[in-house]
Amino acid sequence: MKTLVWVEHDNAAVKDATLHTVTAAAKLGDVHLLVAGAGCAAVAEAAAQIAGVAKVHLADDAAYAHALAENVAPLIVGLMADHDAFLAPATTTGKNVAPRVAALLDVMQVSDILSVEGEKTFTRPIYAGNAIATVESSDAKLVITVRTTAFDKAEATGGSASLEAVAGAGDAGLSSFVGAEIATSERPELTSAKVIVSGGRALKDAETFEATILPLADKLGAAVGASRAAVDAGYVPNDYQVGQTGKIVAPEVYIAVGISGAIQHLAGMKDSKTIIAINKDEDAPIFQVADIGLVADLFDAVPELTGKL
Amino acid sequence: MKILVPVKRVIDYNVKPRVKADGTGVDLANVKMSMNPFDEIAVEEALKIKEAGSAEEVVAVSVGPAKAADTLRTAMAMGADRAILVQTDEEVEPLAVAKILKAIVAEENPGLVILGKQAIDDDSNQTGQMLAALLGRPQGTFASKVVIEGDAVAVTREVDGGLETVKLALPAIVTTDLRLNEPRYASLPNIIKAKKKPLDTKSPADYGVDIAPRLKTLTVAEPPVRSAGIKVESVDALVAKLKELGVA
Repeated sequence: MKTLVWVEHDNAAVKDATLHTVTAAAKLGDVHLLVAGAGCAAVAEAAAQIAGVAKVHLADDAAYAHALAENVAPLIVGLMADHDAFLAPATTTGKNVAPRVAALLDVMQVSDILSVEGEKTFTRPIYAGNAIATVESSDAKLVITVRTTAFDKAEATGGSASLEAVAGAGDAGLSSFVGAEIATSERPELTSAKVIVSGGRALKDAETFEATILPLADKLGAAVGASRAAVDAGYVPNDYQVGQTGKIVAPEVYIAVGISGAIQHLAGMKDSKTIIAINKDEDAPIFQVADIGLVADLFDAVPELTGKL
Repeated sequence: MKILVPVKRVIDYNVKPRVKADGTGVDLANVKMSMNPFDEIAVEEALKIKEAGSAEEVVAVSVGPAKAADTLRTAMAMGADRAILVQTDEEVEPLAVAKILKAIVAEENPGLVILGKQAIDDDSNQTGQMLAALLGRPQGTFASKVVIEGDAVAVTREVDGGLETVKLALPAIVTTDLRLNEPRYASLPNIIKAKKKPLDTKSPADYGVDIAPRLKTLTVAEPPVRSAGIKVESVDALVAKLKELGVA
């Protein structure tokens, strides 16, 4: 089977999500990559170094600059004449583009796979991760999004894929990019961090969240996450949200501070290796999944913890 | 302009789903069902656009069992003008739903279709994108802000790194994210009024759509259970644990 993997990049470097997706694709067959963008030749060079990749298709056109689904989906559909499966990481870009590709190919997408069980058989979470379905596709071609935390990263170097330029139809003329507000952070990226410190509604307000959670995260070199309640209350921007509707994370250590543990939040973090909960309510559901729990007022415990590290 | 809002009847988001012992699915017998939360946001946004004078009619549509009529009544109690139920007892995959919606769009000719970004039962996050593809129309997914600008719509999208704004030529497809709005509650008088609003019942065959599933569910299992944890008594004990884990 020949697979085509969507390369997620920021025009400078290949994002880690791509490396996880390559591992999933390699379980199905030969791995080809698609680098689409404007002025992204350097990304294609880097992508060709990824271990296990046979070929990199480079589509360099102003129309592909912001990965608008209306423009990139026809490009991918064109390449699928020569591939059996299209895989994208289940990031917001992957989730935006892949179903458009699937419908154009008249196939059902398999979303957010956790494992590859056979050529056409996969597991995926349903009901906010409260059940795991094993599904078999009957379609001739596969379109798949990959839960990145469920697959190890492929080595970023050691490969020597060939590079081939491809041309698509360019701008479909349906949509245009206006602008972006990308949150800047010195901290590790949430979805690839080894340690995450996450805060909930109990943090009271933005200032308290900052004063309590950030020093602890800095001490541990951790990324900062939040529950939906903390995001909705405006303590942190929404891209901090961990959960069914936010980001799915699986770090080595997840520290939940003042988070009760609603099922929608657990859906985003319960595959973390070690879960630590600090909450003053000893009956909070978070303690049912926590490996290590501390029943204490976070306003005493977190500063004390930060001080003792 | 007319706005079409597809809504789905799903297990209530506060209910913890139980996997059936025989591994065939999740037990939905006697479980509270509700409108998918993202769809409530879609209905609300359609009503807001209508109230701002940019749309004349809001039509709710659902594909599902007879009981999905309750979900459509809820949408009409919120303020949708009428509803279409495409009734079937089969499970319908996003691709088939998108095909049915495409046929409804051909009849109704809406300027906007607003869907939820995902249903909280199958967690697919596909239908809106698939509908946009089948119609050859632009898509504004994971919307946190929607502004009608003449014959275009500006959609601010929640993306991994922050926010992104795209401009789409109308007619367009929009899918809602959680922060787009706060859905209204249906008042009792409006719930009563909604009973009199028109609800058309159709079948997938009326639209000539084959709903046979492409994905076969082999088994549904409980996720692996985490082994019981421990509670520590003090911050010092927690520090010791963090040192054991090698993160401190």
